[in-house]
Amino acid sequence: MTEQLVIMVLLSFLVVIAFGIILLKDLLVAVILSGIYSLTAAAIFVVMDAVDVAFTEAAVGAGVSTIFLLGALTLTRRQQKQQKHNNYFALLVVTLTGALLIYGTLDLPGYGDGQSIANQHPQLAQHFLQKSEDEIGIPNVVTSVLASYRGYDTLGETVVVFTAAIGVLSLLGLRRRKREEDPELDAKRQCRQQNEEV
Amino acid sequence: MVKGLQQHHRVLQVISKLFIPLILLFAFYVQFHGDFGPGGGFQAGVIFASAFILHGLIFGEGRTRLVMPPYVLRFLMSFGVLLYAGTGLVSIMMGGNYLDHSVLSEDALHGQHWGIFAVELGVGFTVTAVMITLFYCFSSTRP
Repeated sequence: MTEQLVIMVLLSFLVVIAFGIILLKDLLVAVILSGIYSLTAAAIFVVMDAVDVAFTEAAVGAGVSTIFLLGALTLTRRQQKQQKHNNYFALLVVTLTGALLIYGTLDLPGYGDGQSIANQHPQLAQHFLQKSEDEIGIPNVVTSVLASYRGYDTLGETVVVFTAAIGVLSLLGLRRRKREEDPELDAKRQCRQQNEEV
Repeated sequence: MVKGLQQHHRVLQVISKLFIPLILLFAFYVQFHGDFGPGGGFQAGVIFASAFILHGLIFGEGRTRLVMPPYVLRFLMSFGVLLYAGTGLVSIMMGGNYLDHSVLSEDALHGQHWGIFAVELGVGFTVTAVMITLFYCFSSTRP
């Protein structure tokens, strides 16, 4: 009961933060709010006992991606561009997609439902949970599923991450910094050279 | 201390110098303890990269590039994927299916341990290198 209450409160936080992100014109604040959104989501995952997911969400969503968004913000302006007219078509598309997604969730099994299809399936959850200790020999079932049972999927994910870097590298590129731009670094280099000569 | 470091960042610089080794150590813990607790290669990679990103934010990206040059990152990110895929090839050569770690050793459980270790290490290398590279890309591009 308490657990459900905590989840409810955190979920309503998420909704409030999401509206904040939509309504605010200041992009810097929106980026910070998206970091807070991820942290709240991570808290929900912790309450739901999905610590691995929470860990990832906190590290990636709240940590690194906020930094990346801030970095992207330095490439553009801080204020959102003013819209001259209301785009009703976009609103329609978003509402329809949202309604479809909510309709889709009606088919999902309830939280912690032991009778759901995935939990009943003898070769999936049952097998992983009961045989993992004997077959893989490590206590963390999440790791054994990720790295061994479903190793092929994780290989795909790794390739996706790799591809993301290739994409960004080819779009933005790693521009070599000119020496004049960082006089401190230049001074440091000269210092080092002098030391080597001595 | 090098002359000319920005004076108004002094507190941040001292504190982050204290924290960066701890963050790196925590990343190693998450990497190698993923079998027993929450964590694994992906999380460890992100945490490891965040130490370098913190260094870049506080001391300037130019200095971080001296510590972790982009060519090392390019090597690491490809090496991680190759290590992962290579583990699968090794298990084919040992007579098993692709990415079936059981055949990697005489004992199936030991094989699984080695396989998961190698695979997670590959993920860790790639994610670390990719995250730092993305940071370099964003911080070195000027509009």
